[in-house]
Formats: sequence, structure tokens, C-alpha cells
Amino acid sequence: MSIRFKHLAIAGLAAALVAPLAAPAPVRAADVTLLNVSYDPTRELYQKFNKLFAETYKAETGKTVEIKTSHGGSGKQARSVIDGLEADVVTLALAYDIDAIADKGFLAQDWQKRLPENASPYTSTIVFLVRKGNPKGIKDWDDLVKPGVQVITPNPKTSGGARWNYLAGWAYALKKYGSEDKAKEYLASLFKNVPVLDTGARGSTVTFTERGVGDVLLAWENEAFLSKKEFGDDKFDIVVPSLSILAEPPVAVVDKVVDRKGTRAAAESYLKLLYSKEGQKLAAENFYRPRDAEIAKQYEKVFPKVDLVTIDDPAFGGWRKAQKTHFDDGGVFDQIYSN
Amino acid sequence: MSDNSVRSEPAAVKWTVIAVAALFIGLFIVMPLINVFAQAFVKGWQAYASALVEPDALAAIELTLLVTAIAVVANTGMGLVMAWAITKFSFRGKSFLITLIDLPFSVSPVVAGLVFVLMFGAQGYFGPWLIDNGYKVIFAWPGIALATIFVTFPFVARELIPLMQEQGTTEEEAAVTLGASGWRVFSRVTLPNVKWALLYGVLLCNARAMGEFGAVSVVSGHVRGETNTIPLQVEILYNEYQFQASFAVASLLALLAVVTLFAKTVLESRVHDRKGGH
Repeated sequence: MSIRFKHLAIAGLAAALVAPLAAPAPVRAADVTLLNVSYDPTRELYQKFNKLFAETYKAETGKTVEIKTSHGGSGKQARSVIDGLEADVVTLALAYDIDAIADKGFLAQDWQKRLPENASPYTSTIVFLVRKGNPKGIKDWDDLVKPGVQVITPNPKTSGGARWNYLAGWAYALKKYGSEDKAKEYLASLFKNVPVLDTGARGSTVTFTERGVGDVLLAWENEAFLSKKEFGDDKFDIVVPSLSILAEPPVAVVDKVVDRKGTRAAAESYLKLLYSKEGQKLAAENFYRPRDAEIAKQYEKVFPKVDLVTIDDPAFGGWRKAQKTHFDDGGVFDQIYSN
Repeated sequence: MSDNSVRSEPAAVKWTVIAVAALFIGLFIVMPLINVFAQAFVKGWQAYASALVEPDALAAIELTLLVTAIAVVANTGMGLVMAWAITKFSFRGKSFLITLIDLPFSVSPVVAGLVFVLMFGAQGYFGPWLIDNGYKVIFAWPGIALATIFVTFPFVARELIPLMQEQGTTEEEAAVTLGASGWRVFSRVTLPNVKWALLYGVLLCNARAMGEFGAVSVVSGHVRGETNTIPLQVEILYNEYQFQASFAVASLLALLAVVTLFAKTVLESRVHDRKGGH
């Protein structure tokens, strides 16, 4: 028995050791492999866009390209790139997250000037997704702080969409009540109505749509449209508030990574394709607002007209300032959320 | 039946307690498990099978098997060494060592993952050197393997130590007296004595290694088809509204749980027999 057991044990150990070596290593069939590290709701967009790019790249250069993707809360994704996740391109939810990567020397500080339109090939905004028929009668930002209304939004510390949500609410309150103190009060009562903070926009969407928690989801416009498409028009309504924010999700090539891997040419043409007619069309089909005037005209009816403030509005003073004032440790968000 | 008369509780109490326990287990353990399979097969066999052979799912299965194999081999080896050192020799700091073995059980998996990011990440102690020399640790399979080894480290040692302590060193001493070499003592005396406990530890280690989520999530980077293990793939599919595919992949883990449970039952009785025999 003991001898048999010994043989068995040795054979088992040997098999366990050899198995991984024998298992076929992932075949690098493609000539070029790119990694696109993106934020949460772009999964469906880039799934289709990656196919488009692979075809275009093959036609132009004769080379095959494989694009890997990683999705998560925008801030968390930036952190991963800083910690060494080898992204050839980053396509994140807001400029500050790419600034943070640039601050660690991964790409040039002026990255946002290297591509047109603030390096944001598409834009979006923040809307409300409510349950069909809008049972709580939610029309505007004011209605979110009413007692008994449950608001779903992700955590502004980790999610880009959540930071746009927060700033859109801030802009509204500032305009309506006229002072920063009042705006703080408004957001404090809004966050009192938030039962759960997910780390990314998609987590919050799933909480609202699939798990049925909450009365209103503060969502990327594209995410709200996608939810209606996934679950059917008879489940949810989109409510457009009187004022929202122009969300510009920027894209950039990560210099340090592409120079090490020798993938700069492919990475740059990947981002350029986002600005092309086909790229813009694909963005519009996935409910991102296209920058190209002609394509925008074609999809005009899809996107509601909203009064939009921008991050460069004096109320915010750009992303670096907004991040420092509101979201860094000890910032306004910490003050209102800890109370 | 006769039990009932010996103890003085009325039958009603006994059956109520049993019913409550059974209801609880049914509600919180059996039903969710069945539900995983129900959801996985909601679109039939074909959809189930195609969810499992989808390239990203296959890559996740492959990565999970690789990482688990590494973790189980490493921890089996180290577990044996640890248990051997602790039970067959006496030295200073022994009880401290025993405490250290348990550390991974008391550290949150998220912290375990972060520790490796702090060590091997691009901003970490060894990260810059590793990256300059073309080694990928974090956000690649070696990092995932390291995190898994850390989390599953105690299982084998924890099973072996009490048993080997109980058995003492007399059999080994006898073998040495008869002229056996160190390796011979280990392979002919020690190993056969602990084999069932060893297998039991390996089994638990294996189950946890395949199912680990937290620590692996931190060091994975979530690159599809490359650094996602089965549990991470389940989460991604769920978040992409592919509920059936998500449960199909999850059913693999559920299946693993069921197999582990049966193997555990068999092994447990063997371990107890062994203990009883001495």
C-alpha cells in the first residue's frame, strides 16, 4: 500500500508539474498585440471597434493585429496602469485619470493636445434612468434629494462616471442656489439617498437594472441607452435633467509602453481610427455623441438636446483643480460623505 | 428511535430542530447551488457548451488550471517541509513559526493582493527592475500564481501538523536506528503515515486556489483572454449582461465544490481511521 501510494504521489506531482508546461502556451498568431485599458461602460463599443480596427489595419499594412481589453472603474484602471499594467492605449472616462498616469512619467504631460477635440473622440453626458412610468416623478436634480428616493451612483473615488455625476449635480446646485455652501448641502443630502456605492459605472447599472435596487440611476447617457436596449423599452425611461455636464472621455497612447514594445505606429492608428467616419459612426451606434459634424447630424434625433456645462467652466477650473477640490483625500466629497 | 427515549427531549423538539437546520441548509446552500445550474442551462445544452468553449472562457480555464497546479505543488512541498520541521525537531521560535503559517487565513485577500502590487508593481520595490528586464509579474500569470500561493499556503501544513505531532517521532527513530537514510525514513515511514491527511490538505488547497477571487482580482489587471481566472471571468460576463454564459462558467466552480465535498467526505473518514489506529 505504501509503495503504491508513493508511486501514485510521485506520478501526481510530476503530472501537476508538467501539465502547465505541456498546456499550449497562448499562440501569438497576430503580428501586433495591443492592450486597450478602458473604463467601465465602453465594453460593447470597443468589442465592435476592435474588429473594425483589425480589418482596417490588415487592409492598410497587411499585418494582423490583436487587441486585448481591460475594463473597470476609470480611476482604478489608471491606478493599474501606474502599477505596471502594460496598456498601449488608455481610453478613460476623464482627463484627470490620464493626467495621473502622465504624472508618473508614462506619457507626455501635453498628451491632451496630441489629438483633436481635447483628445476625446466622442462625448457623453449624465442622464437619469428611472423605472418605467417614472413612479417617483423624478424630473430634475431637485427630485433626487427628496425623502424616500433611492439614488444609485458609483463611488467618485474609483469611478469616472461617478465624478461626472457628482459635478453635474454640483453645477446644478450652484446655479440654482447660488453658493458653494448650498451646493455642498445639496450633494450631502443627495448622497444620503444613495444606499450603495459600486466601484464602477457598470456595477451600478447592474445593481439598478438586474438587482432592482433604487429608484433612479445617475448614468452615462450611453449606459442608459444600452440598458434600455438590453432589457427592453418597457422596463426603463430616460429622464433628461434641465442641466447636465459635457463629459469628454479622452484617449491617449502610453509612450513608455509603446516605445518599449515597439507598437507606437499601431497604437496611434488605433486612436486615429476613432476619429474617422467609420469610428464616429460606431460610437454613435453605441450611443456616444460623435464629434464629427456630419455623423452627428445623422444621429441628431437619437441624442436629446441638453444644457451642458463643461469641466473648464469657472465653477470647476479644469480637471486637475476639480479633482483636488472635490475628490482628493479631505476634499468636498470626503467632507459631505463622512457626515 | 431508542435514542429518543434515552434522551428526554420530546420528539417534537428534535424534529423541529432538524427541520430548521434542513430548511436553512436547503435555503442558503442547496438552492443557490441548484440555481447556478438552472441558470446555466436556461438556454439549453448548446448555449451551455458554447459558453464554455468561447476563447476567453477557455483562456480563463487554462489560466486557472495553470495557477492552481503551481499553487498546489508549491504548497504541498512547503507544507510537508514546514510540518516536518515543526513536528520532528525542536528549535527556538517554533510557536512563532506556527503562528506565521496561519497568517494568510487572517489577512484579507485584498490586502494579500496589494502586498504583491507594492512589491512587484511598477511603483514597487522590485517592479522597475523587473520591467526593465522584461519580466512581467503583476498583471500576468506569475503575479496571479504568487497571490494564489499566498492565500492557500496554510491548508496543507495545517492538516499535517496536528497529525504528525500526535504520531511523534518514535517510528522515525526506529527506522534511523535500523540504518535508514533520511529520504528513506521520509518516504517509507513519514509519508505513508500522513498520506490521507496530506491528500485532504491538497484537496482543500486546490478548491480554494481555483475559487480565489479577491487577491487575484487585485493583481490580475482583468485583461480578457489573458489574465482572467474563472471567478473573474464569471464577474465580467455577469457585468456584460451575458447572464447565462456567466452562470455556465460559474457552474464549473460549483461542480468543483460538489466534487471536493465528496472527496472530502471520503478522505475525512480515512484520516480518522488513521488517527484511531494509533
